[in-house]
Amino acid sequence: MSDDVKHEWPLFEVFVRAKRGLNHVHVGSLRAADHQMALHHARDLYTRRNEGVSIWVVRSDDVAASGPGDKDAFFAPSGDKMYRHPTYYAIPDSVPHI
Amino acid sequence: MNEEQVFTDTIAKDQRIEPRDWMPDGYRKTMIRQIAQHAHSEIIGMQPEGEWITRAPSLRRKAILLAKVQDEAGHGLYLYSAAETLGADRGDLTRRLIEGRQKYSSIFNYPTLSFADVGVIGWLVDGAAICNQVPLCRSSYGPYGRAMIRICKEESFHQRQGYELLMTMMGGTPAQREMVQDSVNRWWWPSLMMFGPPDDQSPNSAQSMAWKIKRHSNDELRQRFVDMSVPQAEALGVTLPDPELTWNADRGHYDFGTPDWDELKRVISGDGPCNSLRIENRRRADEDGAWVREAAAAHAAKKAGVAA
Repeated sequence: MSDDVKHEWPLFEVFVRAKRGLNHVHVGSLRAADHQMALHHARDLYTRRNEGVSIWVVRSDDVAASGPGDKDAFFAPSGDKMYRHPTYYAIPDSVPHI
Repeated sequence: MNEEQVFTDTIAKDQRIEPRDWMPDGYRKTMIRQIAQHAHSEIIGMQPEGEWITRAPSLRRKAILLAKVQDEAGHGLYLYSAAETLGADRGDLTRRLIEGRQKYSSIFNYPTLSFADVGVIGWLVDGAAICNQVPLCRSSYGPYGRAMIRICKEESFHQRQGYELLMTMMGGTPAQREMVQDSVNRWWWPSLMMFGPPDDQSPNSAQSMAWKIKRHSNDELRQRFVDMSVPQAEALGVTLPDPELTWNADRGHYDFGTPDWDELKRVISGDGPCNSLRIENRRRADEDGAWVREAAAAHAAKKAGVAA
């Protein structure tokens, strides 16, 4: 986009815990001047209808992420370690509770 | 596989494209345009109904309308957030809207003349929006699809509150019933135009279908909307202003008349009843809010400086 536009507020990622006992899940992002404002905006924007009991906000530029190009280096090795999965092991049907 | 094959393969398998994936420039540009246009529609869409918040006939209706208009703001923000995942900048998108370089839905260029319009917008305009938007929940672009899921859940409230409002008015005085019929007469055709030009005049559709960012043609969705709306109009006791509207047993659909496509072209190109008013209001809100944005940023910078 055009270089002369500088957004005055940084971007934050928002995570909401839908109810006690569940993980916080990423729901989207928003712009805010600081963390406190990001929390307030997140409440207004992402929890207008009881969607959550707890909110986290994180500055987007603080998130480190694996890239799509890293797919093999990060995720391929698990494909040839099938012995990590319980279904790898053949157990006779006659053996109960295993 | 090279990058382009991975992209094509992902789409072919009906999987989603995510922000950091490689994508063709055309896909990125089309998605930014589609999402921005949608976001702008939500934000401009606050105005026609927002005008009635202070004039709502009861506290209950006022609270409902306030919640609805707040939802529209929220929808705009979900969508700007999705556009930003493609490298667009929110401030830049707003400027493009204000300068008339990006468009928004033609429907919001019509005036709201009575409180019945609040009900008819909920019933027909949001009903048409739901027809358009439900298939977009399966858009090949992940962040857009996810925003659409959230939006569709909330649109259902919008449509139902509108229909309930109209049922209440239809149970009122003859003058109130006339107000509803007059409003339906004014909004029916513009609602049909919300689905865009007929298929044979919709140049970008084929590519958008191939990329799975559009799932049904304009005419298919328009037909679906007509079929949904006729029984709803009957239940409400209003007449849809189209003498050609008849059930066609062979097709299993309603036949209906042709919208005034010249009118749609005029409204899209800026010559609708309220185009300049809508943009002027948006420009003023942006300018009036500038000092708040600057003050908040200055406050944040000062606090960060103290903490460091």
